[in-house]
Amino acid sequence: MTSGVLMACHDCDLLQSIPAVPEGCAALCRRCGTVLIRNKPKSFQRPLALLLAGAILFVMFNAFPFLTFKKEGLEHQTHVVTGIRQLADQGMEALAALVAVNLLIVPGLHLLASLYVLVPVSLNRRAPGMFRVFRYLRLLQPWHMVEIFMLGVLVSLVKLAKMAQIVPGVAVYSLTAFIFVMAAASAAVDPHEVWERWEVPR
Amino acid sequence: MKKKALTARKAGLLACTVCHLLSPNGTGNCPRCGAALHSRKPDSIARSWALMIAAAILYIPANLLPMTTVTSLGMVQSDTIMSGVVYFVQSGSWPIALVIFIASIFVPLLKLFILSYLLLSVQYKSHFRPKDRTRLYLITEAVGRWSMLDIFVVTILVALVNLGALATIQAGPAALYFAAVVVLTMLAAMSFDPRLIWDAKEKMHE
Repeated sequence: MTSGVLMACHDCDLLQSIPAVPEGCAALCRRCGTVLIRNKPKSFQRPLALLLAGAILFVMFNAFPFLTFKKEGLEHQTHVVTGIRQLADQGMEALAALVAVNLLIVPGLHLLASLYVLVPVSLNRRAPGMFRVFRYLRLLQPWHMVEIFMLGVLVSLVKLAKMAQIVPGVAVYSLTAFIFVMAAASAAVDPHEVWERWEVPR
Repeated sequence: MKKKALTARKAGLLACTVCHLLSPNGTGNCPRCGAALHSRKPDSIARSWALMIAAAILYIPANLLPMTTVTSLGMVQSDTIMSGVVYFVQSGSWPIALVIFIASIFVPLLKLFILSYLLLSVQYKSHFRPKDRTRLYLITEAVGRWSMLDIFVVTILVALVNLGALATIQAGPAALYFAAVVVLTMLAAMSFDPRLIWDAKEKMHE
């Protein structure tokens, strides 16, 4: 796909011309070794399939019960949003907002924006403002923290294991699947191939 | 490696940090993706220092104040980040203790030290191993978000242990400070421009 392009390394600013990168290969910066271009095979069908699966899982982990606390006949069922709502109720609105952004809003936007850009591209069309949306997508990435939340679930389970019985619900499994599906989707998108659709306006 | 490296800046070009398109000097926004174009991130050193110093200050209350407060049948017990780690060590789950220690105490501190070192090395125009320093920066930037772990643990505990008089867990003030530390160090790392590491090298060859 890629043919000789002039590119500056975003980590050391070295200008270099990149020859055509064969499928499955990557071009590294000659000076600092950062990956500049990675040509991934079949880069639109695969992420699209994964993103659709991700959308279903996103709805599932929000709708179904998450963890249930059981002790001596007492049962307390929670959802993924319960913790966020509880933090807000305790007067920690800022913290609740941060968790909501990292756990629900950014992953949701990530899904929508990816579909908005990639569905038309796979049909050889262009959504209005797709390059701008694709940029927002790159900027959102570090704030997408579902996998860190999952590690938090494991730590909490160990912490509460002696106190009560914690029963995982459907949301726990959907959330786990969501993490793998979204990671696979991000890994399968070749951003360079999206950027290359742009033509210099006259 | 060539002795004289041609950078985008020397060639009179601006490289977009998001989509990599090259534009001539003087272009305000990337014509392709709309990102603001700068040869180097603006005020990179000052902004990184400011965000980092703010994070370093907030790191203190984050560690001294309680992260969670457990109320169980009238008994109240507060836990800081460190006492949480100690609890796991004493109850024998040391792998979990290690995970929390690394994510909540070690990584934020390490990040503060590494970023300070990188900033100082750039300010003193160091020529020491630019490739390794670039890699150090990339690792620091990638690993920082994992410090949010403890915040998520608090969120889950607060949701699960909410049984009225029997037992409740409340988030403590440290949670807010700690979240601020993580966000600020992430922003500090994003404001740092690794290209500054290589600028010293070019000046040497001129």
